[in-house]
Amino acid sequence: MAADKLSTARQRAEEALKSIGVSYSVEEGANFVEFIVDVARLKDAALALKNAGFGTVVSVTATDYPKKNTIKVVYHVTSMIDDEVKGAIIGVGVYLPRIDKPSMPSLTGVWLSAEFMEREVFEFFGVEFEGHPDLKPLLLIPPLAEKRPLRKDFVVREENIYEGVPFSNVG
Amino acid sequence: MSGDIRFYGAFKDELGLKTIPSRRIAKDTYEIFIGPQHPGSGHMRIIIKVDGDVIVEAEPDIGYVHRTMEKLGEIRGWIKPIPLFERMAIHDACNITLPYVRAVEKLMGVEAPERAKYLRVLLCEINRIAAHLYGFAIFGIFLGHSTMYMWAMGDREVWIELAQELTGARLTHSYPVPGGVRRDIHDEYPDMVRRAIRYMRKRLEDYRKLFLDNPVIKSRLEGVGVISKKQVVELGIVGPNARGSGVAYDVRLADPYEVYDQLDFEIPVFEEGDALARTYVRVEEIKQSMNILEQVVDWLEKHKGEPIIHESVSSKYGPVHKKVLQEQRRAKLLPLHATMKVPAGRAIGRGETARGEVIYYVESDGGLNPYRVRIVTPSARNAIAFKYALPGHKVMDLPAIYGSLDYFPPESDR
Repeated sequence: MAADKLSTARQRAEEALKSIGVSYSVEEGANFVEFIVDVARLKDAALALKNAGFGTVVSVTATDYPKKNTIKVVYHVTSMIDDEVKGAIIGVGVYLPRIDKPSMPSLTGVWLSAEFMEREVFEFFGVEFEGHPDLKPLLLIPPLAEKRPLRKDFVVREENIYEGVPFSNVG
Repeated sequence: MSGDIRFYGAFKDELGLKTIPSRRIAKDTYEIFIGPQHPGSGHMRIIIKVDGDVIVEAEPDIGYVHRTMEKLGEIRGWIKPIPLFERMAIHDACNITLPYVRAVEKLMGVEAPERAKYLRVLLCEINRIAAHLYGFAIFGIFLGHSTMYMWAMGDREVWIELAQELTGARLTHSYPVPGGVRRDIHDEYPDMVRRAIRYMRKRLEDYRKLFLDNPVIKSRLEGVGVISKKQVVELGIVGPNARGSGVAYDVRLADPYEVYDQLDFEIPVFEEGDALARTYVRVEEIKQSMNILEQVVDWLEKHKGEPIIHESVSSKYGPVHKKVLQEQRRAKLLPLHATMKVPAGRAIGRGETARGEVIYYVESDGGLNPYRVRIVTPSARNAIAFKYALPGHKVMDLPAIYGSLDYFPPESDR
């Protein structure tokens, strides 16, 4: 049943993207499908998908690929009310250059549910969303957000439990 | 502070909502910081601007209990994140980790045996009831109704004891593992569940008399914090909060997992969208969860002795582990699981926790660690409701709205 919904959703999304003439490439996951578009046409693509019934963002997923020198930002969307595609997850996303402050248009104007999630991507990856109403860190304090913690070059240092304690005080 | 007030009115009109009064907002608004130490607000802060007694702008300031779940998920192998992710919502532990386990299973290409699926559903529903009772307790104390706090917290103990009997731990069970579950039930367990259900049904009647039908409680909740159906879809609000506004969205129905498609249950939906409706949804969900539990224990009684873990795990067992599995019905994870590799691929795991839909996006590059784990918890999605549902209400209504949203900061901050 879930697979039927996904194929319906995929068909509907492809039709919507074709109707506005956006070129896309498809990347498939185990139980979802992603449409990668050009940054310049992202907003058009998002609007077309929203009009096709995908009204809610479930996740703005960013992934860092230092080897490919790119950051991928995908909006995973679903429909909460349309029974034909309810629960099927499709994604629309872009590849951004892996620079200090990559920039892309904000989709908060299209999907209000992306507002807080875009702030998360901003603080963890340093992606700047143009046109976001209130772009500032959501979970982190600003100095920590500067370090872009979810990029792969931020390495978590394993701490010794006695770190900072003089040796003579131990035990 | 004059001049820098942003009006959300235009945004809301576009959505067909009128929560902000159309009159002009006074220039001398006050800013009030609620939290993060306030006993009512938990580990979060809400910054509100008030015109007299009316909230004109609200800004949830979250992140006080952020514990870097997504980053730590990338460096600890595939099994250790299970007890880690549980810490997001410890009283809802099975619900919150199951989607991750399922995503890993999907990448590995294994599927849990039927009995393990029923056992997972069993613990999920026990967790759901316990989490709702916890929510009720907090809600009660928010409204100054300390009896409800005592009762709900006390009755939650019944379900925690059941979870303990099943898994050995009161809260952080780490029960589902890729391939199955860690323990089976013993022979007296189904009767214990039935007894708990009988008790809880009686207690819900008491709750109704004392709390739900209480005119004081009703007057504080009715028509307060209304979130319209359109707003729910637009803001992406999930769980009982969505179902209290007429959106019949539940992952157990929209994308059934485990054995939910074989069980007979209903998804309670209320149309009003106010705090009272959200409360009613939770009460009805407790009843539905108890119906599910009855069916599950019936099934488990009829299918004793079936495997609880996938044979890709149990076939590697040595004699001692085999003996433990056969005699004590406990499935152990082997040391080789600590260094297991998962085939490259990407999967999304999703499930319905007590508070709503949780999403795990798991990406593997075929290595020892997940390449990326993206977690979106229900509270993280509901946090936006504070920004758009509070304006237009009086400050007095804030605890009622907060409590009715059942917002849980550790889950939201991840």
